[in-house]
Amino acid sequence: MKLFEYEAKSIAQNLGINTPRGAVASTPEEARDIHKRIGGEAVIKAQVLVAGRGKAGGIKFASKPDETRDRATEVLNMTIKGERVNKVLIEQKATAKKELFASIVLDRANRCQTVLASDQGGIDIEEVARQTPEKVLRHRIDPVFGVRSYDARLIALKLGYQGAQQGTFTDFLSNLYRLSVIYDAELVESNPVIEMQDGRFVAADLRVIVDDNSLFRHPEFQDRSKEISSEVTALESKARDNGLAFVELDGDIGIIGNGAGLVMATLDLVKQCGGKPANFCDVGGGANAEHVATALQIIQGADKVKAVFVNILAGITRCDEVAKGIVDVKKVMGLKKPLVIRMVGTNQEEGRKILQSAGLTAMDKMDEAARLVVGKAVA
Amino acid sequence: MAVLIGKQTRAIVQGITGKQGLFHTKLMLEYGTRIVAGVTPGKGGTTVVAMPVFDTVASALEKTDANASIIFVPAPYAKEAGMEAIDAGLSPVVIITEMIPARDSMILIEYARNHRATIIGPNTPGIITAGESKLGIMPGDVFKPGKVGLASRSGTLTYEIAASLTHSGIGQSTCLGIGGDPFTGLNFVDVLKLFRDDSGTDTVVLIGEIGGSAEEDAANYIRDTKYPKRVAAYIAGRAAPPGKRMGHAGAIITGTEGTADAKMKSLRDAGVLVAEVPSELPRLLLQQVSPLQ
Repeated sequence: MKLFEYEAKSIAQNLGINTPRGAVASTPEEARDIHKRIGGEAVIKAQVLVAGRGKAGGIKFASKPDETRDRATEVLNMTIKGERVNKVLIEQKATAKKELFASIVLDRANRCQTVLASDQGGIDIEEVARQTPEKVLRHRIDPVFGVRSYDARLIALKLGYQGAQQGTFTDFLSNLYRLSVIYDAELVESNPVIEMQDGRFVAADLRVIVDDNSLFRHPEFQDRSKEISSEVTALESKARDNGLAFVELDGDIGIIGNGAGLVMATLDLVKQCGGKPANFCDVGGGANAEHVATALQIIQGADKVKAVFVNILAGITRCDEVAKGIVDVKKVMGLKKPLVIRMVGTNQEEGRKILQSAGLTAMDKMDEAARLVVGKAVA
Repeated sequence: MAVLIGKQTRAIVQGITGKQGLFHTKLMLEYGTRIVAGVTPGKGGTTVVAMPVFDTVASALEKTDANASIIFVPAPYAKEAGMEAIDAGLSPVVIITEMIPARDSMILIEYARNHRATIIGPNTPGIITAGESKLGIMPGDVFKPGKVGLASRSGTLTYEIAASLTHSGIGQSTCLGIGGDPFTGLNFVDVLKLFRDDSGTDTVVLIGEIGGSAEEDAANYIRDTKYPKRVAAYIAGRAAPPGKRMGHAGAIITGTEGTADAKMKSLRDAGVLVAEVPSELPRLLLQQVSPLQ
């Protein structure tokens, strides 16, 4: 779950991480009042979860509170990459002595967390890593013992800091790491980290992504995680509420399968046969009739879907349960779109009998079934 | 011959009294797996499917001679269940549980590394040595003994491919799921090393998917070490859009990293036979003669 910048900064402040003076506003008037309170020159930042808001015009500057109100009006009316802007963060513009980059990421290949840091902050860090990889420091964090003061100090030293500044940066980095531990963050990234004239390090921007699998131990995010974000389509949210792993795609062939790998392979196969998948839908291992019926109802109910492909390789899942789910949908609401079923594995014969009794058949090979469903979507 | 499990494996089931644990314990016993005890905190002294249940792994080890574990406990308790098995000296430890926080898996995997224990998973269908032992939730009947070692990041796709191999007369030595999570105890390189030293395996099949760099790392390893056995692969997720998690926590393309096409290319460049669709794998293996034959 991605946190909004203002949420990330709020938890950071509680951990002693400096952020620019400011507050979040939902209306232009609130924005003006915040500017009055903080003084100086203000930055108005759209609070969205998508990346690239700067290029889209979602960050503006103003020197007077009334100007901030006008800029906030503009930003609050924006939609950035499909995401409505509901809030703006008003902050005092910081004058930087230097801009840095610091992040703590999950490093899959090395099975640990890794600190990435650079003295080239404020710009696209992936670009820096491509062009001049030596400018991005990488430091492995011990999974059990975490960032020790000497880990952080070594990074500060490599970034060119000595004396008191070395200590200040060491504390800043250690606090970012603490944040990643306390909030089970997949990513903590500050770009830029601003080194101020007075020597303080300030997280001018802050991105935090919380591991979805850890939400059970974060009651503070429970309500927030249920809010519909623009990153989740209406169809996705409906399907996920019903316990389906579901991703909406831009094609017209609905896909239902069991197991993430099998469903991915099914999408690939449909595409290879010239079709376009409308979704990824994994009913999971051991799915019962009700689960399958829900998936089929949701998918055939989508206007854009022209044909549906059910691909089941039953292991723990049982073919008779799958068949029952499909037949239930046929009886209760009817099959609204052409349906191709490939179903093999546990209780295959019972399953096929149930389908036959409702005038349906199942195929053996997924290649043939994919070709057939692509033909039906075109017809 | 096989890797990690076989006739010598004597396992305990952690979380044996849960719905999944109980169901699969029965199926594993039917397959011929030697299960010697179960562990569920608070249920010690009881018996399920003729199996004694203990409160802790250590107490199970006082009464039995187990050497491996399979874990079905819910995600919030999985990290400590894994540590408990490692502390008792069990290996491999197969973790079926899915949706474990990445931080927990990371710590557990480091713990296993420090104790020289092998973790399979988490979020894995498990491991099977055809005809000998199964520590997992896969349907046993699609696997037949033979010389192909198989490692995969997914469950049903493994059964799909194993079934098509079996159907084509190609048997398997050991098949295992490395797991669908970002952090897994074994990666493809670890598995390639195990199969390299196994005289019962002459071919390795890797079933990968989008996300991470496990397939690229495997390709580099195969090329750099002039891997002595035939390797074939299939990668799922060519049709997946970037930035979306495709069911598995680890199946996500981030930026330009982790695409199926890039993985297929690096494997091909390393001399691996790469199938375009799952059904092509048996055809590739039948056309190409193994270097050992």
